[in-house]
Amino acid sequence: MSVDIITPILAAAIRSGTPVLYAVMGEILSERSGVMNLGLEGVMLIGAFAGFSATQATGDPAVGIAASFLAGALVTSIHAFLCVTMGANQVVSGLALAMFGEGMSAMLGRNHIGQTIAGIKPFRVPLLGDIPIIGQIFFSHDVMVYASYILVAALCFFIFRTRPGLNLRAVGENPRASDAMGLSVARMRYAYTLAGGGLAGVAGGYLSVVYSQMWVEGMTAGRGWIAVALVIFSIWHPLRGALGCYMFGGVDALQMRMQAAGTSVPAPILLMMPYAMTLAVLVFISIRKRQGILLGAPASLGRPFRREERE
Amino acid sequence: MIHWKLEPRPNGTARFNFAVTAASLCAASAIGGLLMGLMGVNPFHAYFEIFRGALGSKYGLSETLVKSIPITLTGLACLLAFRMSIWNIGAEGQLVMGAIAAAAFVRYCRVDGSVAAFACMFAASAAAGGLWGALPGFLKGRWNVNEIISTLMLNYIALCLMDLLLYGAWKDPTSMGFPMTPSFPKTARLWVFGNTRLHGGLIMALIFPVVAWAALRRTQWGFEIRVIGENARAARYSGMGILKNIVLVMFLSGAIAGLCGMSEVAGLHGRLSRGFSVGYGFTGVIVAWLTRLNALLLPMAAFLMSILLVGGDTLQVTMALPLSSVQVIQGLILFCVLGGEVFRGYRLRRVRAGGPSPEDGE
Repeated sequence: MSVDIITPILAAAIRSGTPVLYAVMGEILSERSGVMNLGLEGVMLIGAFAGFSATQATGDPAVGIAASFLAGALVTSIHAFLCVTMGANQVVSGLALAMFGEGMSAMLGRNHIGQTIAGIKPFRVPLLGDIPIIGQIFFSHDVMVYASYILVAALCFFIFRTRPGLNLRAVGENPRASDAMGLSVARMRYAYTLAGGGLAGVAGGYLSVVYSQMWVEGMTAGRGWIAVALVIFSIWHPLRGALGCYMFGGVDALQMRMQAAGTSVPAPILLMMPYAMTLAVLVFISIRKRQGILLGAPASLGRPFRREERE
Repeated sequence: MIHWKLEPRPNGTARFNFAVTAASLCAASAIGGLLMGLMGVNPFHAYFEIFRGALGSKYGLSETLVKSIPITLTGLACLLAFRMSIWNIGAEGQLVMGAIAAAAFVRYCRVDGSVAAFACMFAASAAAGGLWGALPGFLKGRWNVNEIISTLMLNYIALCLMDLLLYGAWKDPTSMGFPMTPSFPKTARLWVFGNTRLHGGLIMALIFPVVAWAALRRTQWGFEIRVIGENARAARYSGMGILKNIVLVMFLSGAIAGLCGMSEVAGLHGRLSRGFSVGYGFTGVIVAWLTRLNALLLPMAAFLMSILLVGGDTLQVTMALPLSSVQVIQGLILFCVLGGEVFRGYRLRRVRAGGPSPEDGE
């Protein structure tokens, strides 16, 4: 394949990987604090509808993106309340959130199906966008894509290089020790779970306000579940998460092109790849963990913390 | 300053437990009604339509029963694993694998309607679903691979496999592009009750929960399963085979889901088609939670869920609401049951700061 064919596919990979990227970054934050949110699919759909309707009402896509963040955080607050305050089962609560979000977005959007909005337009970065190949792949998209680059870098710095980031990791690894250290486990878990929900909302908002600029019921089409998987694939690291998202985006872009071109490799096999790879990574890190090599999985992930109880 | 604080409470009576579940269901319906009202939908009208659609006619009632078959079976699949604190949310994938195995059997083997042929079809789908469950079970038992994610991934892999077959080798040439296999021959169809759509799967849905209940409550094996679920360390010290039991339970769980998939394609639809399961594997999770892992209550809880699903179809027709709007109520039920679960084990108490147990040192 020549460069002319590959470059547009890579550019498309970035674009279709971006919505998943926002969700993955949010979920990394949430899981790093010890709260697993399986409900990303539902949160993304709520965010997508909120972004769509706010943009439609105000005509300003920036308001739409802000609304999708708020809506995502709002609906995730149910999950945060059940998991942090009530210490409920995170798996079941996450599943409930996925169903609830899917249903709510469908109900709210029932009279808007297929309506279009004027969303965020592409914006080629001056100078950087003129670099051959690289410019086309990375810098010929829209503001939200560029913001996501900054988000990844900022999260890497925040999680691994700052004091609050250290605290975040501590709460996820050992809430009891963090509590003894004087950190408020509940408060931090709330903050990061809600931030994660907000980012998942933005992920949905990207789909409706930037990517397709319309509302379609169930428009996330399973990307929320992919995001849950990619967080494991990333081994809870933003940079690897971004890589995984672009790989998924590449597969997505590739299978669309291949379908259009009518090639012989069936699309389902390609679509299966992210799931199969995640499973492989999961097995790999679990085996390494058995051998005493810890790879990033927050130790208290999925376990409620109640101060007064012993482990 | 007055704080609220959760503190453990002693185990409640059966009546108390039932009341909590009933209260959770009522709360979910009330919140659901409130949300509908806010969205400009008359909740009384909507609930009336749900019940009228699901129970108001002979057709509706039989549809409700038909849909409660797969929900009972996937609920049982989830329940078995949950009993052991194994979070199998892969019933959907196991169900799909069972259905694929049944379709493969019909396609490649001689189906003559004999008992032997049916026995083989049952065995094939149970084995396919069972292995799809045993794999994450083995990974969990051997290397402690998180079964929530592995079963979730296997769901999608199974769905992709099905798509691969339905869009490729198994596609019905006369289906005008719809992803489905050709109709099964009559000899491969499960027995159907009279002129209804109720099929032989109903028998499984009625018998399996009772057998499972008896096995869990009345045998030593069931006791081991519960001990492993509640305290794996104690189980290990007393010499119970943990790996063996995890694999076994996940195999059984998957096998039940697989049989469920088989009964859906060979009993109800008569062909394997994309979307033959409308997320039954996930509905199973709700149902298992609703019963508080008591298998005897499964058919009842499944019937309740089925009312929602069938009623959702009616809502779509009579009130032009999207089919997924019942998911709002399903999600709320799960939320409320979860909340109720906490109230079962804990009670809220008011605590004054500075009292005997000072809150949070910031």
